[in-house]
Amino acid sequence: MGDDLRGLSALDIGNLIRDRKVSSPEVTRVFLDAALVDASKDPADDTKINAFVNIDEEDAMWRAEEVQRLIEAGDAPSPLAGVPMAMKDLICTKGGLTTAASKILGGFRPPYDATVAEKLHAAGAVVLGKANMDEFAMGSSTETSYYGVCRNPVDTSRVPGGSSGGSAAAVAAGLAPYATGSDTGGSIRQPCSFCGITGVKPTYGSVSRYGLMAFASSLDQIGPMARTARDCAVALSIMSGPDGRDSTSVMDAPFDVCKAIRGKYDISKMKIGLPRNYFAEGLADDVGAAVLDAAGRFEALGAVVEEFDLPLIEYAVPVYLIVACAEASSNLSRYDGVKYGYRSPNASDIRGEYYVTRSEGFGTEVKRRIMLGSFVLSSGHFDAYYKKALRVRSLIKAEFDKAFGKYDFILSPICPTVAFRIGEQIGDPLAMYLGDIYTVSVNLVGAPAVALPCGTGEGGMPVGMQLIGPGFSDPMLLGAAIRYQDEYGAGA
Amino acid sequence: MKIDDDLIEYLAELSRLELSADEKGPLAGDLTDILGYVGKLNELDTDGVREMTHPFEAVNHFREDVVTNGDHREDMLAGAPDRKGDYFRVFKTVEE
Repeated sequence: MGDDLRGLSALDIGNLIRDRKVSSPEVTRVFLDAALVDASKDPADDTKINAFVNIDEEDAMWRAEEVQRLIEAGDAPSPLAGVPMAMKDLICTKGGLTTAASKILGGFRPPYDATVAEKLHAAGAVVLGKANMDEFAMGSSTETSYYGVCRNPVDTSRVPGGSSGGSAAAVAAGLAPYATGSDTGGSIRQPCSFCGITGVKPTYGSVSRYGLMAFASSLDQIGPMARTARDCAVALSIMSGPDGRDSTSVMDAPFDVCKAIRGKYDISKMKIGLPRNYFAEGLADDVGAAVLDAAGRFEALGAVVEEFDLPLIEYAVPVYLIVACAEASSNLSRYDGVKYGYRSPNASDIRGEYYVTRSEGFGTEVKRRIMLGSFVLSSGHFDAYYKKALRVRSLIKAEFDKAFGKYDFILSPICPTVAFRIGEQIGDPLAMYLGDIYTVSVNLVGAPAVALPCGTGEGGMPVGMQLIGPGFSDPMLLGAAIRYQDEYGAGA
Repeated sequence: MKIDDDLIEYLAELSRLELSADEKGPLAGDLTDILGYVGKLNELDTDGVREMTHPFEAVNHFREDVVTNGDHREDMLAGAPDRKGDYFRVFKTVEE
């Protein structure tokens, strides 16, 4: 079997393991070997994907053998039991290196598991290691990682997107069947779009954030990334649910996506809204055409597709920048070099210990956002910037609520362009932020969205689309995505 | 909004950062650009609009105050950059 496994969906691999066609340790070995070969390449080698910042071979093999024992006893805990996966480097695993791709967390081994890690372990997931990402999830290209840029497996001269770029690249390159990502302003959906895979930004509060290093707490949400919507549905069912350790957890029970959509999912009763303002100036022709083609395919399946106005989109990125940076500046104040991670050897007093450690430990993008957050929260500017942004956030929420009164889902592009080249935007932060124009509103309003491929554009690069639904419509969104992929394939 | 050197110094102080001369210039330029762009929000009339701090109307979820995490003193100290016995060691914080 060997390398053939690397092209299969997570569920297909799970089935092979359950049917004893292959064992979890055998599968794990195949993916570990592939990941280790890539990791051993020189950073200057432009075929190196660099999807992982850390591979924990010993732990993965130990876990695979443990899960195999359960499976052989007839106690497979989930359809993904024994299937390897990649964990975003922002999600704590007990005793496993977790660094947020930052120097300041160099060597950090959390003394606890994130709730998501706990749930995945209980479901028999085999964590291969930690996926590369933009430092503290701040970026759209995985170029701000302290551990080096991650490359897009479809074209290694291009970025995989970000911040969950390593997760997307690992799946697209066949280095992991599925992965976790986190999405604060598009960080799951945009890399899915750039690498041609499927992912979910779940409803805010549906997946516990306990053990997710906080970037912007009112926006952050963990979600699955995989080759197919079906894989994502199963992974989300495992990952979601109530958690007493996350005060923003809002679920009574985990999503049971398969049960929710079984037998009653009918795309022909769906009404899909296409926001006219998303298909306006700034959207590359190839991306717009691919998304509109997909809209046609939904129509062919019987859905009603209509254009409508969502005019506040042009204010979404300004609101996002203010809110995200304000929350980040506050959240990142905890990194002081006292209790864990990096402490500068170049300090001689307590003030220096904080200032020098943070200045040496954080990269440029992180400093920029902390500074911006400090500005909008500082006295004298708080009302004009921060409070203003919170008011516009209300207006954006109202606009989405109104749209969901009329439509089951909103269909839109994810990013204005296909994956750009490495180095192309890193020197222009504002241009990079503007690439998030179609994704940030979803986080501001707390809505779920599923990202899936819808064709190719310039240079044969993948183009993704997102289906956005009202809060807690995650199972229905995935139902629509599954129906679409059953009909047209997971690459269309 | 023009970000000058004094404001950069002030923000760095609030942010507990010590910026090099090489960092300050570009950062001032970036922040000026970004704040110029987000100033776009002033085009909207938001008088009387409620401030939204959270995606859903926040309701506190209370749970019983029961200790569940056990004694992890050694686990917590294991990652310390510097320790002395059961304590995190830092520079002196009080002047004599």
